[in-house]
Amino acid sequence: AERSNLAGVQHVLLVLSGKGGVGKSTVATELALALRLAGKRVGILDVDLCGPSIPRMFRVQDSAVHQCDSGWVPVFAHQDKSISLMSIGFLLEKPDDAVVWRGPKKNALIKQFVSDVAWGELDFLIVDTPPGTSDEHISTVEALRPHKPLGAILVTTPQAVSVGDVRRELTFCKKTGLRVLGIIENMSGFICPHCSECTNIFSKGGGEELAKHAGVPFLGSVPLDPQLSQSLEDGRDFIQEFPKSSAFPALAHIAQQILDGTSPRSS
Amino acid sequence: MSLFQSVGCFVVVSFLWENCSLSSSSRDEVLRDKRAQIMSRGLPKQKPIEGVKQVLVLASGKGGVGKSTAAVNIALALAANDSTKEVGLLDADIYGPSIPKMMNLKGNPELTPKNLMRPLKNYGIACMSMGFLIEETAPVVWRGLMVMSAVEKLLRQVDWGHLDYLVIDMPPGTGDVQLSVSQNVPIAGAVIISTPQDIALLDARKGAEMFRKVHVPVLGLVQNMSVFQCPKCKHETHIFGADGARDLAKSLELDVLGDIPLHVNIRETCDSGQPVVISQPQSDAAKAYLRIAMEIVKRLPVPPA
Repeated sequence: AERSNLAGVQHVLLVLSGKGGVGKSTVATELALALRLAGKRVGILDVDLCGPSIPRMFRVQDSAVHQCDSGWVPVFAHQDKSISLMSIGFLLEKPDDAVVWRGPKKNALIKQFVSDVAWGELDFLIVDTPPGTSDEHISTVEALRPHKPLGAILVTTPQAVSVGDVRRELTFCKKTGLRVLGIIENMSGFICPHCSECTNIFSKGGGEELAKHAGVPFLGSVPLDPQLSQSLEDGRDFIQEFPKSSAFPALAHIAQQILDGTSPRSS
Repeated sequence: MSLFQSVGCFVVVSFLWENCSLSSSSRDEVLRDKRAQIMSRGLPKQKPIEGVKQVLVLASGKGGVGKSTAAVNIALALAANDSTKEVGLLDADIYGPSIPKMMNLKGNPELTPKNLMRPLKNYGIACMSMGFLIEETAPVVWRGLMVMSAVEKLLRQVDWGHLDYLVIDMPPGTGDVQLSVSQNVPIAGAVIISTPQDIALLDARKGAEMFRKVHVPVLGLVQNMSVFQCPKCKHETHIFGADGARDLAKSLELDVLGDIPLHVNIRETCDSGQPVVISQPQSDAAKAYLRIAMEIVKRLPVPPA
């Protein structure tokens, strides 16, 4: 039998959230950069077909995808090929083109993304999803099922409307048999760079409470950090360039927990 | 040659003559018209919603930029600016309905004798959302086809009564729901909401392009979460970047309808179900929403009588 394109991938992680704009792509990007710094080979699969953010966050939005014998070659974010990316953003003629597709077309492309991309040997494949629990999610989970994904990381902001949507996503994970690795509370508080006063713009604690209530691990709270937003705009490596910034400790801790959870345990 | 054969020849000759005498450009035109005719037979027909004068759509392309927050506050602002207007609010986000929480509404809608759903009302606004039809923790794990029929029901099987404006809060993205709504309902105008970040603007641009594709007039852009002022030292930080939305509006030749700052009280009031336009009408945030509602009304076409 032909070797599947995902055979060389050790662990598949999904980044989910019921709510939009909570920082899924940000978390996926920073997690990938942190795992890379720890010496791992990482890939990111961006299944957000309507709003692909991953190419922009690595500043490779003008790259094109090439074909090889086993399928599509992922785009490499750095010269050392340590992070490979696949997104619909690379397949559009112009990065601003809108993808106004109905479900069946999206499903077909997602199936191709999962089975026809030559990922090669990877330690982690992080799948960045769009908000909601729709076609993209159903198709992604179905297509990844034979490859036994490690689990899902749920991202939320602390406010009630976000937590409400993420509670639904938890039910989705339970129904589809996807293990929840933990919840991340993003945009948790803002520290004024001038006077260091902390303001909970989007409230605080909602994500942690949800994790406790649902009995899933709480991976950490990431504060609002203008340096993080800026480095994503510029496609820079936040983990390497801003280790003293307010969001760094939380992100590093999250990556460490993922590494600890996947390290080979002696029986 | 028999009579039949000569008539046949005549028909063939006159057909050939007619086509030769048409210039290639007018022949192309005829072909194009015919193609358009055949294509239009397959597309869904736009039917106005009974009782609703004008439909206003709030969209963004990107998630989490404040569509629902703005939809709720703009609907209230439209009513506050002109108390003679009746306003309705439809939450078209099937997967993540936020309107019930923000409008402090709960419960299953009643059915009228005509088997239509009665919208739930609060603060004078008639609301309908998927959130009223499902449990709070139940996810809606549906493929596009089912979503389309759900949106159709939320649009047409509701007893809206007589509304001057129906504000539709769209979900993020450019997919089934956006297409279904734009193709089935005549929309008076669309407002795009974005934060100043490039990532959000990229998706906002796609949202605007989608509306152009389906011939929905885009009234303008709203820049949300534009700046944060520390409540203690009043220092201003542009957490999500500065003025990106204004630059996008310029490049798309759209007006900026307004700027909404990042204020803790906007989020607090929405979380508690008392939107800022109602609970703190003198605040900067409320005034920003009231101004935006005024700008929207200025740009809407004259409503039908």
